[in-house]
Amino acid sequence: MNLETIAIILGGLTIGSALMVIISKHPVRSVLYLVLTFFMISANYILMNAQFIAIVNIIVYAGAIMVLFLFVLMLLNLSRENEPKSSIMVKLSAVIAGGTLFTVFIAALKDGVAVAATTATDADSIGLVESLGQLLFTKYVLPFEMSSVLFIAAMVGAVLLAKREKQIIE
Amino acid sequence: MVLATIFQNGVSIEFYIVLSTILFVIGMIGVMIRRNAIILLMCIELMLNAVNLLMVAFSTYFGQADGQIFVFFIMVVAAAEATVGLSILVMAYRNLRTTDVSIFNKLKG
Repeated sequence: MNLETIAIILGGLTIGSALMVIISKHPVRSVLYLVLTFFMISANYILMNAQFIAIVNIIVYAGAIMVLFLFVLMLLNLSRENEPKSSIMVKLSAVIAGGTLFTVFIAALKDGVAVAATTATDADSIGLVESLGQLLFTKYVLPFEMSSVLFIAAMVGAVLLAKREKQIIE
Repeated sequence: MVLATIFQNGVSIEFYIVLSTILFVIGMIGVMIRRNAIILLMCIELMLNAVNLLMVAFSTYFGQADGQIFVFFIMVVAAAEATVGLSILVMAYRNLRTTDVSIFNKLKG
């Protein structure tokens, strides 16, 4: 079993679980399929020698963001009965629009100029923590510090939004 | 142990271009056919992940680590966006008792 077969099987599983996210009726089932999709994408990252990004993807996306979604879903107590449904016309036109977009993307990319892959011998280790950390704390140190400001702003915003305002309700 | 990249073993870059385009289109169709606002946020996460996949593929293909740093920053922005979006949804559910997006047109004016 060579690497190409593994890549094709992984790609098929990724597309299948991503389709189940939008097909399944129950919201909790959608979240669980999205977690499965993120694990499949992480497997693709490992196949491409991006080990650091693969682990961060599992920890941040599947571990933190999806658990947050699951918490909110359980908090809001949604079920299959009160799940809002869209009409068959909307679904049909959405699928047609998506298929058109896919066709346009592929047609535009088909005429692209192919550039050969790198043949450098040290290209295998760029996805490891060592080289990424070196780059993150030298060339990209300003965006890294700015992202901490963004996180503080998001945290303050979330606390302010989710707080119950007694003065306005009464 | 570090293996040789899969692009030196016969997998073409077009495979990952098509794969991430399909994932992006699935996310976009999901935004259009679902009306639960939480599922809409999840489909946006799916579209962001399709872009991440393509960026990592090209980063490995060209042997440049910059693409993977950008993926890291996209994850940071996605985490912040999910936090604020979900707290807005919880706030809206408290007042409207639904997460149907078509009811949010009451926000205008």
